[in-house]
Amino acid sequence: MSTKRWWIMVTLGLLLMAAACGPAATPTAAPTSAPAAQATKAPVATTAPGAVQGVGLIKGPFEGEAKTLNGAGATFPAALYSKWFNEYEKVTGVKVNYQSIGSGGGIKSIQDATVDFGATDGAMSDEQLKAAKNGDVLHIPMALGAVVPTYNVPEAKSSLKFTSDTLAGIFLGTITKWNDAKLVADNPDLKAVDKDIVVVHRSDGSGTSYIWTDYLTTVSADWKSKVGRGTSVNWPVGLGGKGNEGVAGEVKQNPYAIGYVELIYALQNKLGVGDVKNKSGKFVTPNLDSVSAAAASLSDSMPADLRASIVDAPGDKVYPVSGFTWLLVYQKQTDKAKAIALTRLMWWAMHDAQKFNTDLGYAPLPDTLVKKAELKILSITVDNAPAFPGK
Amino acid sequence: MSQAQAAPPATVSATTAPRFRGRGITGDTIFENGVLLLALVAVLLIVGIVGLLFTDARAAIGRYGFAFLSDSVWDPVFEKFGAAAFIFGTVVTSLIALLIATPIALGASIYLSDYAPDWLREPLAFLIELLAAIPSIIYGLWGFFVFAPFMRTSVERFLKDLLTPIPGLNAFVEGPPIGKDILVAGLILAIMILPTILSIARQVLRAVPQAQREGMLALGATKWEMIQKAVLPSARAGVLAAALLGLARALGETMAVTLVIGNSSTKISASLFTPGYTIASVIANQFTEADKEIYFSAIVELALVLMLVAIVMNVLARALIGRVNRGAKGARA
Repeated sequence: MSTKRWWIMVTLGLLLMAAACGPAATPTAAPTSAPAAQATKAPVATTAPGAVQGVGLIKGPFEGEAKTLNGAGATFPAALYSKWFNEYEKVTGVKVNYQSIGSGGGIKSIQDATVDFGATDGAMSDEQLKAAKNGDVLHIPMALGAVVPTYNVPEAKSSLKFTSDTLAGIFLGTITKWNDAKLVADNPDLKAVDKDIVVVHRSDGSGTSYIWTDYLTTVSADWKSKVGRGTSVNWPVGLGGKGNEGVAGEVKQNPYAIGYVELIYALQNKLGVGDVKNKSGKFVTPNLDSVSAAAASLSDSMPADLRASIVDAPGDKVYPVSGFTWLLVYQKQTDKAKAIALTRLMWWAMHDAQKFNTDLGYAPLPDTLVKKAELKILSITVDNAPAFPGK
Repeated sequence: MSQAQAAPPATVSATTAPRFRGRGITGDTIFENGVLLLALVAVLLIVGIVGLLFTDARAAIGRYGFAFLSDSVWDPVFEKFGAAAFIFGTVVTSLIALLIATPIALGASIYLSDYAPDWLREPLAFLIELLAAIPSIIYGLWGFFVFAPFMRTSVERFLKDLLTPIPGLNAFVEGPPIGKDILVAGLILAIMILPTILSIARQVLRAVPQAQREGMLALGATKWEMIQKAVLPSARAGVLAAALLGLARALGETMAVTLVIGNSSTKISASLFTPGYTIASVIANQFTEADKEIYFSAIVELALVLMLVAIVMNVLARALIGRVNRGAKGARA
């Protein structure tokens, strides 16, 4: 090929590449408007709480609301949201699309404002909040879940009892056998079980892992310094299973294994579920009541932005490894129709949808918390006026 | 004058071929430039992909440098990222798969091309090649529910009892047999790349001229000697190329591997019973939940590393094929 032809082709190629690669440089979070108001400021309550009634308020479609909403985020509540949005469409005709791509994806999506709402099991950190494009992001709690230790020990005749020490020890790798003295102290049945513990954790990043590691970080200084909390961590020991189903499957298949899953997965797979000792020293069986108790006991001391962790909550009946799942929305909305639809959806979810929670293994929000969340919804504005139409 | 007429152009290449000026753009020119453009599109795609990966990985490359390749700690919470354990897992599982699948595929293809009766050849080949049609997630599920427990209860226990007394080899079977480890992942990969290597090897063996075979037999060789001396030498390069293709598939396989490899990056050890992690599995597992910029960047850098590993293994394999080819040519000359 002639030199001239060669140069023409090369130039064309470079031009194409430049055109393609030009705007591709991902803008790494340069906040254009530094949100001066942090999310921790008290919300602006436009109406007194209780003036707007709760359940049964949203009865049908509203003139001027958007007909579709898009959300993305956590897989932990995916089954619940699926049911909710199905029912919501029957009530108001608004179609809500939810993609369960993971809490990290949900946070990223709301930061980039590519969705109307995000969903996450791990609250956003301060630096993540700063990176949000359109200003302040509100965390609205939607449901509660429990993460339970599940095990496969044939000799266990009744539920095994775990304490924060034993759980941290097992997952750190310092307790390696089922007949370790610390485990036998609470479970005499284990004295005869001279077997290695097979630890199973999540291989994929997940909100369930976040809640579990949050608990271990809170109760064990060793864990805090060596591992920390996060949706993905550097697990000191153990196999990784993909998803709750992966962990449950591994535990089922490997005798003498222990892992952690959401409550509903343990119940559905008929696996052994352990009791965990709570802050008040009582061994509590994980179920929906003990999870709700965790939220209720902390709802008075909740931070104003509701980004609370409820692990290791005080109280006799509290199950210590509980967590929220939140919806993430911008406080200052830009699209009026969407803002109306969004606030109505959240109001309905907070009041009317809670009745669907228990069947799917999630605990409903306690009333005190619902009141606080209502204020948050009422503080959402569009065009400098409250977005929630009140019905 | 005779000198002026000496030495006609030695070759008529595209650059020296006479150009027909004054005829405008012919169909030939359009076609030539069209296919050139298509070829360039492929090149542009690769360059574009690598370019995009580099852009997204820039933050991690800047922060970790070459330590990324030698460090084996992957800690998203304290932001320490090192890919050594994953590189080890990827390379080892692929090598195990290759070492097991190639002899089996070669043996099967020799049988199919030289020993099998006519009525058996096609059905048997069809069945083996059907393995390639099975989606990899099915292999993953089968591995998770059937193969891994089987390995745990029988084969691994047997291997452990067999090899533990032997001083050098017992390093390979240290640790409790759980059934989710590098060995099982390697075996599943072997099953998956077997049909790839087999189908190409079969074609290569078939391409050896019948005259070679008959000549060897005429010289008094037995059937096995005929295969060993007349068929295999010619087919060597092709079989190696087939193995290379199998290797390429093994390196990138994600779903089947992540379900049986144990997904644990805690240690690099010689033991085959250690749960491991491959680069593709890490990316698939952690990509969606990468909530920090540096975490996301580290994962994209992993993708770059995988490309690098694939390129390096490709280059090495090609060098091997080249050497083997030269050796074969030398032997014939």
